[in-house]
Amino acid sequence: MRAVFAPEALEAIVEVLRRRDWRVVAPTVRDKAIIYDEITSAAELPVGWKDVQAPGSYKLERRDDEARFGYAVGPQSWKRELLAPSVRLLQIERTNGSFKAAKDAAETKRTAFFGVRPCEVAAIKIQDRVLIGGPYADEDYLARRKSSFVIAVNCGEPAANCFCASMGTGPKAEDGYDLVLTEILDGSHRFLAEAGTDEGAELLAELPQQPAEEADVTAAEKVTDVARERMGITLDRSDVHDLLLANLEHERYDDVAKRCLACTNCTLACPTCFCTTVDDANSLSGEATERIRLWDSCFTLQYSEMHGGGTRRETKSRYRQWLTHKLSTWNDQFDTLGCVGCGRCITWCPVGIDIREEVGAIRATQEAKS
Amino acid sequence: MAQTLTETAGSLEAMTPVPYAVTAKRQDTYDTWTLELEPQNGAPIVPGPGQFNMLYAFGVGEVPISNAGNFDTDERLVHTIRAVGAVTKALCAAEVGTVIGVRGPFGNTWPIEDAKGKDVVIVAGGIGLPPLRPAIYHVLKNRKDYGRFVLLYGARTPSDMVFLDEVKSWQCNYDVDLDLIVDAGDTDWKGKVGLVTKLIPPAEFDADDARGFIVGPEIMMKFVAQELINRDLPAESIYVSLERTMRCGVGLCGHCQVGPTIVCRDGAVYTWAEVENLLAVKEL
Amino acid sequence: MKTLDAVIAESPVFFGLTQEQLEFIVGCAQNVHFEEGQRIVKAGDSADTFYLIRMGEVALDLDVPNKKPVRIDTVEAGQVVGWSWLIPPYEWKYDVTATELVRAVAFDGACLRGKCDTDTALGYELLSRFALILVGRLQATRFRLLDIYGTDTH
Repeated sequence: MRAVFAPEALEAIVEVLRRRDWRVVAPTVRDKAIIYDEITSAAELPVGWKDVQAPGSYKLERRDDEARFGYAVGPQSWKRELLAPSVRLLQIERTNGSFKAAKDAAETKRTAFFGVRPCEVAAIKIQDRVLIGGPYADEDYLARRKSSFVIAVNCGEPAANCFCASMGTGPKAEDGYDLVLTEILDGSHRFLAEAGTDEGAELLAELPQQPAEEADVTAAEKVTDVARERMGITLDRSDVHDLLLANLEHERYDDVAKRCLACTNCTLACPTCFCTTVDDANSLSGEATERIRLWDSCFTLQYSEMHGGGTRRETKSRYRQWLTHKLSTWNDQFDTLGCVGCGRCITWCPVGIDIREEVGAIRATQEAKS
Repeated sequence: MAQTLTETAGSLEAMTPVPYAVTAKRQDTYDTWTLELEPQNGAPIVPGPGQFNMLYAFGVGEVPISNAGNFDTDERLVHTIRAVGAVTKALCAAEVGTVIGVRGPFGNTWPIEDAKGKDVVIVAGGIGLPPLRPAIYHVLKNRKDYGRFVLLYGARTPSDMVFLDEVKSWQCNYDVDLDLIVDAGDTDWKGKVGLVTKLIPPAEFDADDARGFIVGPEIMMKFVAQELINRDLPAESIYVSLERTMRCGVGLCGHCQVGPTIVCRDGAVYTWAEVENLLAVKEL
Repeated sequence: MKTLDAVIAESPVFFGLTQEQLEFIVGCAQNVHFEEGQRIVKAGDSADTFYLIRMGEVALDLDVPNKKPVRIDTVEAGQVVGWSWLIPPYEWKYDVTATELVRAVAFDGACLRGKCDTDTALGYELLSRFALILVGRLQATRFRLLDIYGTDTH
C-alpha cells in the first residue's frame, strides 16, 4: 500500500501512535548531535538540520530547507532500545544457606522507532539473527523486538563516511519495516510512504494523504539513486571474508595498532556490535545480588581475560578481532556480514581510523603481490 | 512488527543458576579440589562427556568448569576446580553443605560413541584429566566395544597429578595401556620423567583405526597433536578441548570466540583439523 | 637376542657409520646389566663410560641441598645416557640409577675419546650425533621451563 503525504502529516503519525499507547522514539537534536529519544511531537524532529561527518569528526549544520530527515546517522543506533545497555536479568537472594533466583520480567513497553535508516533496518535484522536466531534466544531482546514498530526512512544525503551501498544495505530499505518513507525535496516537499506489514498499512490508512502518482514514485527513486551514486563503492565486500582470513598476520595491523587507542567508541556506536557481559552486583549486606547484562567491548583487556592472563593482550590483536569479526568471521557464525556501512565507527573514532581504508590497505598488498 | 520471528530456547532459564549443595569435597593437589554436587530440588543436570557447567559462587561470580563425572552411573555432578582466581578460590573454599549455583550443560561432547570399534588414545596434561574422565569411564565401562585403550597422563610433578590413585587403579582393574610422566620427579617417583610427548612414539595403537583425545594447556595440545600426526593419526581423528573466557555460555555475549568459532556454542570439543590453523595465529 | 654388533649398528646414535668405524666402536663396547635400584653412576664421578639402554629404564637425579633429590629425567630403552665423556671436564653431572632391571651396552668413552683425537672423521661423526641428542634434551628441558601446567597468576 502506497501513499503520498505532506510533511505536516508526520505530526499525525506521532499522534496516532501515542494515542494507541506506543512510545515514539525518533531522532532529535541534543548536545549538538542527532540522537534518538522519546518525542511527543513531530516538531522535535531535526527539522532543517544536516550532519557533516569525516573520520573522527561530526558536526551539525543548518540546511537551507525544512527537511525533516536531512541528515545521515547520529552517534546512537536502535540497539540502545533493543539490546539495552544495562538490563537486570535476575535477582538472587540468600535464603537459609541456599539462594533463590527470581527472573525479571522482560521489558515490553511498546515502542515505535520513527526514523530508522536502511542501514539500521539491516542492523536490526543482523542482531535478530545473532540474538534470537541461534540455539538460545535473548529473551529481553525478543520481548522488546516483539513490541517494536519500525518506520524506516530512506536516505537521500549520505554523509562522507556512509558506505551502505558497498555493503548492500541501503540507501533504500527493501524490507524489514512496518512503514517506509522517502522524503522528496524537489521543490514540492512531500513524503512517499509504503507499508511493509499489515500494521504499517493500518497506520498509513489513518494519515492525511494523497494517492502516489508515477511521478512521486520516480522522484522517490531518484532520491535514493542520487544517494547511491554519491557514495560509490568504497569497500569491496565480495571477497572480504576470505581476504581477511587469509591475512591474519598482515603488517597493516601493526600500523593500526600505533593509532588505535582501544577506546571502544567504535563498538559503542556500531549498530550491530552485540557483545555483553554479565555482572553480579552485590547489595551492601551481601545477602542479595543482581545479575545484570551490560554492554561490553572486545577492545578492552578484560574482555578476553582468563585466570590472570588474557588471550588478546595487544591492541593489535583486539583491533584485528573487531575487524575480522565484523567483516569476516561474523559470516561463519551467523551467515551474514556484521557491517552495514553506516560509517559510525569512522566518525566516532577519536583518531579517525577508517574501516574502508584498512581493508583497502590489506587488499592492496595482496594485489601488489599477485 | 515487520518479520516473523521464531522462538528458540529462552536464554533467561539458561542464565539462571540453580542451587546445588556440595555433598563431598576432596583435595587433589595443593591448588585443586573436586566437588560433588547434588541439586536441592529436582533431578541433577546430566552433562555429557566434554560438556561444562557455569558454576556460581554467591556474591563472587561464575566460571565455566568441565564435567568430570562418570556420566554413565553417577547421580551427582562432579567438578574438579583449580583455585586461580576469585571465583575458583571461593568455589574451592566451599565445604560440604555449602550451596553453589549451577547452570548448564553447555557445549558439545567428545564423540566417544563414534570411536567404538577403534583404538582410543587419550592424552591428558595437568588439570586436563578431569574433562576427559567421563570419556575414560565410558570406554572402561564398555571396554569390549573398543580396541586398544592408551591413556597417557603428564603433569609437572607427581604431586600435581589429580586422582592418581584412581588412575593407577584403572591399570589394575581394566585393560588399559597407562603411561604416566612428570616434568620433574623425586626419587620416590617410579614413572617416567620428561615431556608428555615422549610417551607417544612408543604407544601402541593402529593409526589407521584410532581416535585421539587431548586436553591440557594449549601449547601441550599443539605438541601432542603434532606427535600423533607424526604417528600418522589424521588431524580429523584427533579431538581437543579449547578453553576461552566465558560469560553467558549460550552464544550471546561474544566473549569466547576464536576466529570463526564460538566455543560455548560450537565447541569446546573440536577436531585438530578444525582448530590447528586458528591456534597457530598469535592472540587470535 | 641380537648380537652386540647388530644392536650398535642399528641404534640411532651409530646408524650410518662406516664398517671400520663400527668395528672400532664394537671393540670399545660390552654388555652390562643393572639390578633394580642399582646406582650406576654418582654425580662427580669421572665420565669415561656412556650407555646405550637396551632394556629397562634409568633415572637421572640431581641432589639439591636441603631438599629431596630431584628426578630430572628418565631414559628409556633405545636411548643413550651420558654425554659428559665427550665434553670436558669429563665428569658425570647427575646420579644415574636403574629404576628397574636394565640391560645396556657400556662404551669405553676414554678409549673412544683417544681415537677421536686422531681419527677426526670419526670424531666429527660422534660429536654431531651426540650434539643431536644434547639438543633434543635441551629443548625438552627448556620446554619444561615454561611451566605449562602452572597458572598465569601474575
